[in-house]
Amino acid sequence: MKRREFLQKGVIVVAGAAVAVSGVAVVGNAAEWTAGLKTLNPHEGQTLLKITRQIFPHDRLDDSDYIKVVQDLDAEGATVPATAKVLHDGVANLDRSTSSKFVTMSDDDQIAALKNIEDSQFFQKVHSTELVSLYNNHEVWKKLGYQGASYPIGGYLHHGFNDLNWLPEPPASASPKPA
Amino acid sequence: MTRFDFNDASVVVIIGSGAGGGTLANELCQKGFKVVLLEAGKRQSPATFRNDEWFAFNQLAWLDKRTTSGNWQIAKDFPNLPAWTCKTVGGTTVHWAGASLRFQEHEFKAKTTYSNVTGANLLDWPLTLAELEPFYAKAEFKMGVTRTNDIPGLPGNNNFKVMYNGATRAGYKTVHTGRMAINSRPRDDRSSCWQLGFCFQGCKSGAKWSTLYTEIPKAEATGKLDLRPQSRALQIQHDKQGKATGVLYADKEGKHVLQKARIVCVAGNSIESARLLLNSSSSTFPQGLANSSGQVGKNYMRHTTGSVYATFAKPVYMNRGTVMAGIVADESELNLKRGFAGGFEFETISLGLPFAAAFLKPGAWGRDYARLLDQYPNMAGMWIVGEDMPQETNAVTLHPTEKDEWGLPIPNVHYDDHPNDLAMRNYAYKRGADIYNAVGATQIVAVPPYPSTHNMGTCRMSENPRDGVCNKWGQTHDIKNLFISDGSQFTTSAGENPTLTIVTLAIRQADHIANESSKKNL
Repeated sequence: MKRREFLQKGVIVVAGAAVAVSGVAVVGNAAEWTAGLKTLNPHEGQTLLKITRQIFPHDRLDDSDYIKVVQDLDAEGATVPATAKVLHDGVANLDRSTSSKFVTMSDDDQIAALKNIEDSQFFQKVHSTELVSLYNNHEVWKKLGYQGASYPIGGYLHHGFNDLNWLPEPPASASPKPA
Repeated sequence: MTRFDFNDASVVVIIGSGAGGGTLANELCQKGFKVVLLEAGKRQSPATFRNDEWFAFNQLAWLDKRTTSGNWQIAKDFPNLPAWTCKTVGGTTVHWAGASLRFQEHEFKAKTTYSNVTGANLLDWPLTLAELEPFYAKAEFKMGVTRTNDIPGLPGNNNFKVMYNGATRAGYKTVHTGRMAINSRPRDDRSSCWQLGFCFQGCKSGAKWSTLYTEIPKAEATGKLDLRPQSRALQIQHDKQGKATGVLYADKEGKHVLQKARIVCVAGNSIESARLLLNSSSSTFPQGLANSSGQVGKNYMRHTTGSVYATFAKPVYMNRGTVMAGIVADESELNLKRGFAGGFEFETISLGLPFAAAFLKPGAWGRDYARLLDQYPNMAGMWIVGEDMPQETNAVTLHPTEKDEWGLPIPNVHYDDHPNDLAMRNYAYKRGADIYNAVGATQIVAVPPYPSTHNMGTCRMSENPRDGVCNKWGQTHDIKNLFISDGSQFTTSAGENPTLTIVTLAIRQADHIANESSKKNL
């Protein structure tokens, strides 16, 4: 079982592609990033970009952070045909089930449309992939204030493990001084 | 490297190299026994560990497919991952957080103490705290447990400061940085704690006790240990008289190998230990080995758990420093007035951002959840660990159709929360919220249980062979040279983290094996 699989409810899907940090350079221009997709067409890429932002909408994150998630989905789709089909069908169904294309809808309508399909294989695939891909991205860590590995600095012993100063210090009987 | 012949029937074969198996291996080697230690996983080291949650999860966790059933939330949130344990040399002692608390006297007498809890298959242990105390002392010395043996406590981190101030304001009295098998001073050729914050991912400083770099190398130094990583036990074999004769396993090339043995000790953690006995059924033992009671796999316990996280107006950085940095012990005392049997501890816990996202609200999405994660630096957390009720229907069973890569049925883990478990968890959520509200929490999140790291009871000890699988020494009632050496032998779960008691029982079991061997009873 690979890392994302246990996050997908009910079924085990064998994923071939390693995700998390995609090697593809992210560029700001929409046309340029969608042109680099292997499986998804530009419309599918743009739709998934909107979806991934609605799933975990952090104002502090940039489109480039979500584009990496779409690139990870695309990379898996390029090697796992079943994933490609889930993604193609998922976007098509989402557009078909509403009066306008998903990307042109208001935030509220997009959220409502996603709520309707949250138990679908498509939504679960995007959600479980994004859960790992987005929150394992070191750029995202910086923006959300997670410091990651401490071994390179010798741990937090001399780097703020007990620097909280908005509460009184516990007594030494409860919390002895460091050696 | 010591290698014993496959046909050497004078060796003790131990299956699993974690708290039980790794400790037992060293204790027996020190006494001169020849030991073959089978471990399903690979051998890592502090040098190969990484401060990276997903990487470490893939490197260390037991990820073979399992199924779940029952009304526990795990079956919904993580249907194929009932347990978060390890497949690596050192077993789950690579992943554990280090909390080392003795069980209390009344917890060895759960049936007597709690009397009749409807639906619970309670039983008193066939031993007492007094009998275990000398062995607890040996285990604490071996593991270097803080606040024992004149070893100072660890310094508290930010997460502990929040717990301490909140808990004392909420009226709790016994709040400190715990009894931890993590060096607060250099000891036993291992460094003191660097406050890395990645206890769960394998301790890169080596300050946390793990059989990987304590018991196992000490056993290897005797020349009596033949450690075989990537060796997957498939079946325990026996002779016509019903004595265990050896273990069939798949080696790292997948080749089936039979290692003969004079004694077999099972320490594969509660799911795999029970599964191995069930998968070893034969014409003599059609319901599985050591299962005349029918209790193998039954009474599965995983502790009543859950977590309480809270956000604050100012930063905490719970990720900095030891994961279990402190404890509130007041609720662990015997007190039947709270509306449930058994006690529990609060212990600080922390998750990095990747696992916080995965575990705080499994399956959640949308604006509210993103807002919660936006506050990651301002978050504090604590874990609930409490006694759960054994139920005969909570069980590890063999899956009727699904097989693993060796053609053996995979395990299904069935668990229904007992009303007592729910009452305790709800009480603990409420009191946990009181602690954080006392220091100005802006949001409280009651988090459902993670996949279980504490797995117990599936081969339980009993005075009467009718009620359980093994006796007070972990020796199975049915097969005298077959031992249970892990948390499976727990009669009840008690309210404390299990590792110290597993190590204690392993030290004691080694003495028993040596005594019985010298008397020619084994």
